[in-house]
Amino acid sequence: MIDWAHFTPWASLSGGVLIGVASALFILLHGRILGISGILGGLLPPKANDATWRITFLLGLFAAPFVFSALAPAGYMQMPRIDASYTMLIVAGLMVGIGTRYGSGCTSGHGVCGLSRLSLRSLIATGTFMVAGFATVYMIRHIL
Amino acid sequence: MQRFSEFMVGLIFGVGLILSGMTDPAKVIGFLDLFGQWDPSLALVMGGAIAVGIFSFALAKKRTVNFFGGALHLPKNDHIDKRLIIGALLFGAGWGIAGYCPGPALVSMASGQAEGITFVAAMLVGMIVYELAQRTIHKPRMTD
Repeated sequence: MIDWAHFTPWASLSGGVLIGVASALFILLHGRILGISGILGGLLPPKANDATWRITFLLGLFAAPFVFSALAPAGYMQMPRIDASYTMLIVAGLMVGIGTRYGSGCTSGHGVCGLSRLSLRSLIATGTFMVAGFATVYMIRHIL
Repeated sequence: MQRFSEFMVGLIFGVGLILSGMTDPAKVIGFLDLFGQWDPSLALVMGGAIAVGIFSFALAKKRTVNFFGGALHLPKNDHIDKRLIIGALLFGAGWGIAGYCPGPALVSMASGQAEGITFVAAMLVGMIVYELAQRTIHKPRMTD
């Protein structure tokens, strides 16, 4: 069953285009793959001559919610809904932290950049984490 | 100029994440709930991003330097190994539990949301655990 009530085709498509534009600018202007787990993980610990670009990029990312709420029409911003308990958020955070570093990428690095540059390695990674995501939600929502 | 540009790319990426719905864990889980009430919006995020990305990476592959004259770091690793699969499985399961992947989690943290801060703290611990484990095991690292 498709959940038409929550379907947001235009906002999601335009947001996706912005994500694509940012990835395009990052590789063409700065010669870097826009992969969040890699950008962040490269700061743990920071290395000489390799930290500044990561930090300036992340500061821009951190500014996004403030810029978005300043630009968006009043009432547009919806409060995010989070169902997971704090314990589950911690378990999930640990898994995402270890998994993205061990598998060398997340939704942005493998999913957007990797698929865009037609990498088979990233296609397999993306397929794998999507299937793991589908299976996990299926278990939580429909079995447990 | 280069620093300002990195900041702007981070900002555009973050605004794209918010507009697309990726920063709302319930929406992400609605997409991952393939066998329930399925919200296909996030497929359009991926589609929109890759539609832009595919041209920019085709262009990037033909170039040897970035716009600012520096190196163009395109991943050379095309190895499909156990690390890639196990990492992606862990990441996907964590993504399904909480509904956060690294980029949207950082944006939620920046907006001051307690759940986002908790998730990011755990994710950073996970990344540090990975780094420490790598050093203990002394295996050569393969990164994208």
